[in-house]
Amino acid sequence: MSIDKNILVKLKDAGFRQNDKWLVKGVSLVVEKGKIVTLIGPNGSGKSTTAKIALGIYKKIDGEVEKYTNKVGYVPQKVSIDWTLPLRVSDFMVLTENLKDEAINEALSLTGVEHLKNKNLGNLSGGEFQRVLLARAISKKPELLVLDEPVQGVDFTGEIALYELIKKISEELNCGILLISHDLHTVMSATDHVVCLNGHVCCSGSPIDVAKNKEYKVLFGEQASQTLSIYEHRHDHVHSHEGDIKKN
Amino acid sequence: MFDDFFIRALVAGIGVAFVTGPLGCFVVWRRLSYFGDTLAHSALLGVTIAYSFELNIAVSVFIISSVIALILIQLQKKTNLPGDALLGLLAHSSLAVGLVVIGFLTFIRFDIMGLLFGDILAVTTDDLLIIWVGGGLILLVLKLIWKPLFASTVNYELAEAEGLNPDRAKAIFTILMAAIIAISIKMVGLLLITGMLIIPAAMARNISDNPRKMIIFSIIGGLLSVIIGLFSSLEFNSPSGPSIITASLILFILSLLKIKQSIHLKN
Repeated sequence: MSIDKNILVKLKDAGFRQNDKWLVKGVSLVVEKGKIVTLIGPNGSGKSTTAKIALGIYKKIDGEVEKYTNKVGYVPQKVSIDWTLPLRVSDFMVLTENLKDEAINEALSLTGVEHLKNKNLGNLSGGEFQRVLLARAISKKPELLVLDEPVQGVDFTGEIALYELIKKISEELNCGILLISHDLHTVMSATDHVVCLNGHVCCSGSPIDVAKNKEYKVLFGEQASQTLSIYEHRHDHVHSHEGDIKKN
Repeated sequence: MFDDFFIRALVAGIGVAFVTGPLGCFVVWRRLSYFGDTLAHSALLGVTIAYSFELNIAVSVFIISSVIALILIQLQKKTNLPGDALLGLLAHSSLAVGLVVIGFLTFIRFDIMGLLFGDILAVTTDDLLIIWVGGGLILLVLKLIWKPLFASTVNYELAEAEGLNPDRAKAIFTILMAAIIAISIKMVGLLLITGMLIIPAAMARNISDNPRKMIIFSIIGGLLSVIIGLFSSLEFNSPSGPSIITASLILFILSLLKIKQSIHLKN
């Protein structure tokens, strides 16, 4: 058992099997207060599964998971609201915790959807719904935020603003964030620790370390190396300003 | 005051409607109508056992329905049969076994029609006590598990991730289903209990834009159905259960007018 008070959730060699097929295996990671850990990897590489292991949604797991907080905010990858259930945004905001009206308004305005408060959830667009999901998760001021592709379907300017918001929240609330993202550029700029998954942990470390990793390049191919080159270019640039020119 | 059988039936029906209103909403939201049917069919077995061992019918039905629910949960875990096949298996086999047992109990005269479709003449003062006390308890427990039950109805993983223990809420809700069937079987009859749960709730959905409203309208719909149904039962000498359900159907059809209107407005 860890005595480190900053640790919110810790996975030790964790894995999950469904119908005799490993969805993910041998994952070790730690989410600490005020830190953003990002999971990247191709479709079906076990990113959402890893998040669900960390959250305790999957119970029959291999390895160990230690969770040190119950104040959790979760944005699942997919939420569908059945027509039979009439639900306004304001009802959805208090789903797992009772909140004062001001707290609801504040969270909704942070993600830019205060005007949707009395709308029916079924009538929102994909991007609007995503903003409401994020507002709900942060409104309870959690210690641990788990965000599974939180900006999918959000317009480009909104995407940047929401990632900035996520970063700000991690600083203001000093909460730990486990983020799943496809946007490698964001991953490189906003993250403290990256875990690259492909059914198992391919590589992990700081964004720079992971970007340099061979397995990462193999896994993400052409497109990633382009994103990477932008990143490396920037990286080189900074160094050259200091007169310390070093080729990777 | 409760001397008159009709007053007793009315008081019983009103008590039942207060409970089927909110419970019915969850049955619709969680897609449990066939599950409700299964529990209701198994109630026949509960009734025969009550007669055989001279037990209280509501208590016996409650126990048997709970046992059937537990068996269902176990079968779901241990077999690969799809859920609806398992429900069908349990619904029809428990109904069949119940009828076979009735065949053996030749020394008791059964009012099968009353069992299947409800019998207002059969409601006793004891039944009133069971309905109002039992119903009050059901609503109290529902209020206690509201948060986790409702949150997991919207999204199971959200509820689980944010520490609400949805599995426990689901298990308790299953017991509440068995309980409402047990207390309403005399009024509505075992073939029509699910109708009493889902038709007022479906009607309420058509005229509500949030869950609280839907529950309130569902209760009002149930109350109106009981009152209209029982009065017409008295007037036309029709069986009570079918009369109540028919009344709720009429309310549902009326609610469709409202939904048509709102679709029209949207366009």
